[in-house]
Amino acid sequence: MTTPILQVENLVVTYTGRHGLSKKVIDNVSLELKAGETLSLVGESGSGKTTIGRAILGLAPVTEGSIKFRGDTISNISRSQRRKVARGIQVVFQDPYSSLNPSMTVEDILVEPMAAAGASGGRHRVRELLDSVGLPNDSGSRYPKEFSGGQRQRIAIARALALDPSVIICDEPTSALDVTTQARVLTLFKELQEQTGVAYLFISHDLGVVNSISDRIAVLYQGSVVEIGEADQVARAPRHDYTRRLQMAAPVADPKKQRERRAARLQFLAAEKATETLRGAPAQL
Amino acid sequence: MSAEASLIETEAEVPAAGRSVLRRLLTNAQGMMCIVFLLLVILFGVLSPWLAPFQPNEADLNSVNAQPFSEGHLFGADRAGRDILAQLMWGTNGTLLGSLLVLVIAVLLGVTTGLLSGFYRGRFEAVAGFVTDLIMSLPSIVLLIALFALTGPNVMVAMAVFGVLVAPTYYRLVRSVVLGVRTELYIDAAKVVGLSDQRIIGRHVLWAVRAPVVIQSSFVAASGIAIQAGVEFLGLGDPEQPSWGGILQNANSNIYNNRFGVLWPALLISLTILALILLGNVLRDVLQSSAHNKTLKRSRRRALLTDAQNVRTTSAPSGSNEALLSIRGLKVGYPDGPDRVRTVVHGVDLDVRRGEIHGLVGESGSGKSQMAFSTLGILPKEALILGGSIYLDGEDLLADDKALKNARGQRIGYIPQEPMSNLDPSFTIGAQLVYGLRAVKKISDKGAKEQLIALLTRVGIRNPENVMRLYPHEISGGMAQRVLICGAVAGDPDLIVADEPTTALDVTVQAEVLELLRELSTERGLAMILVTHNLGVVADLCDTVSVMKNGRIVERNDVESLFSNPEQDYTKALLESSRSVELMEA
Repeated sequence: MTTPILQVENLVVTYTGRHGLSKKVIDNVSLELKAGETLSLVGESGSGKTTIGRAILGLAPVTEGSIKFRGDTISNISRSQRRKVARGIQVVFQDPYSSLNPSMTVEDILVEPMAAAGASGGRHRVRELLDSVGLPNDSGSRYPKEFSGGQRQRIAIARALALDPSVIICDEPTSALDVTTQARVLTLFKELQEQTGVAYLFISHDLGVVNSISDRIAVLYQGSVVEIGEADQVARAPRHDYTRRLQMAAPVADPKKQRERRAARLQFLAAEKATETLRGAPAQL
Repeated sequence: MSAEASLIETEAEVPAAGRSVLRRLLTNAQGMMCIVFLLLVILFGVLSPWLAPFQPNEADLNSVNAQPFSEGHLFGADRAGRDILAQLMWGTNGTLLGSLLVLVIAVLLGVTTGLLSGFYRGRFEAVAGFVTDLIMSLPSIVLLIALFALTGPNVMVAMAVFGVLVAPTYYRLVRSVVLGVRTELYIDAAKVVGLSDQRIIGRHVLWAVRAPVVIQSSFVAASGIAIQAGVEFLGLGDPEQPSWGGILQNANSNIYNNRFGVLWPALLISLTILALILLGNVLRDVLQSSAHNKTLKRSRRRALLTDAQNVRTTSAPSGSNEALLSIRGLKVGYPDGPDRVRTVVHGVDLDVRRGEIHGLVGESGSGKSQMAFSTLGILPKEALILGGSIYLDGEDLLADDKALKNARGQRIGYIPQEPMSNLDPSFTIGAQLVYGLRAVKKISDKGAKEQLIALLTRVGIRNPENVMRLYPHEISGGMAQRVLICGAVAGDPDLIVADEPTTALDVTVQAEVLELLRELSTERGLAMILVTHNLGVVADLCDTVSVMKNGRIVERNDVESLFSNPEQDYTKALLESSRSVELMEA
């Protein structure tokens, strides 16, 4: 068994609200990401999935617990120490529009991480990167606004690859894309993993998307992991009731099958409600 | 696969706007005139040692109070016989330097503090904000006069102090821009790739503030010149040095002996200030407008709309008789230059029967939302309906604005994509619902409330009396969508247009909302146009499906046939992509 490259141990993230009230958005989450694997975090809005990603990237404060990269603690370290970690952990954000500076050419965007790390030969590498994400060679001199959403996401992926990281945090990278574009970008993610052996922490609200790309899936609900396991098992035969609700709620593109699923879902919810009422607890999620 | 990807995705490409700011500035007549005038003023000052007809304080007793255009004195001379033209030339450098000093000091102070304050916030921002407010509350001209008592006649010191006094305008401007930029994802991305704060500020943040700072500078330079002339006019300048304000003061006190003396300095000061302010306005237009102008000429717009209307009134109604809604040959376009129109919907037909849920699927840019907005009459202002008709029960809504207005809300309801941005944050849920209902139906306030409470219960909101008193930010997205659904069906419409009604919702909430829409449609015999990109949602809810691509319907069928037997390659590709990320039960 390979040793984990990224370890999140008993992570707690608390935000202080306007009136001094603190809110625990991540409550005691532990995760491990092995080299070359894809672990997905799936959950609905407010489940804390994005916050975990931002905590790993040093963009959200860690209140308790620790995050280790290759055995070294990277939670709550200084900005200058953080910059050394940058080579190893990169990110692809959800919104391909605001994640690229509109005033920089694609080449400048791709050279920037290399310049920050003090690596030379940046310009030559740009061609390689563009090629690896399937963008035309002459894209370098153009500006982000000249590209479509899917192409912009490819630029963002190229930027993440620039420093040859061992981990890429993918924060809903396909949820702003059309379904055919999404399928192509997901394929690209898989191809790149085969070529470079990079590990993904893939964050999404869509259990179906997650299932198509992951080795393992962790399901988040209100800041805690409620289920974690092999992708196929979690996505297709979930053990936790919340995961089942998620799975049953996703509609499939087949009217007949969807009718059966709908009936099954209503039945499941009714049964759940009945047992909750028996126990005397409110049947609210 | 990459080749195929770029083939399909390049459609969204737009040509680059290659023209530089300077060139756009120079092709603008007003900008050109301002720049030429300001350059002349600078030359006027810089070349004074060579071009000025007299030395700075050279007096000629023979020409005391010489009139303009008299021999040797183009602008005349003052009471000491000094040539006014020469004086103005010698005074120009001081004026320009003073104005430059104001600019440099204000920009250095204001922009740096604004950048740091906006980027780091925290204590620095609190202190800087306090100091800024303090400075802004000081009356600057009074302060500059008081300064005279300390420093004596020294205009440059006064200008430096004035620079500090106007720095807060830059501080406020820059800080507010930075606050907007710092939450952009590209700033986060720059942090993640390991850029230092200086580089993030220097590269990413500074760029965003450069346009507003340039524009502001033009106005600040103008006020620098005005204040400097004012201070000198009050007699606080150096009497040894000729200056615009000083010449004006001299001429003013000598006005009974030489009426035209005041004309020249007053003209020069006013025109320079005017040129700077107009230049600022032009800069604003050039820097902050989109790269190229995409408004249609008014005459062309009118002609296009009249053409469409003529076709509509001369041709006999061609809508289907059985259908509740019948769209025929709908063409929608957007301006793409002063004479050109880009068509985004190319003559589409669509029929919706009573009680039918009609799915309109397609990817972004396929024109599906344009169809929905046309039916509701809520297309963006610049959009043009280039042709076609929309019949509701045989009446053409496009031929008659009044018919459309009457239909909207009463006969056609609308469920939008973003529930939160479609509720007004400053009114309670109850107030908005009652207002909406009373706009389409003659009903008392009390009656409307009772009806809405019943309807809110129906759409699955517990404790509706309570919810009516809440503000939109106090409810969840799913609840907000239920409220909007309640509002859409409250006027008892025959048709609902739902534009991606579940896209912004969590998947479990989506399932509940779809369930609700299905129930409402059956109960009330509602017809529905459901615009969505999600084929799962279509399979769940719709009776009929139209697949749109590039502004045309490429395939239409009942839902079972379309999913089991897609004919077009595009439909097949959509289905395949969609199923590749689909969950199958084990």
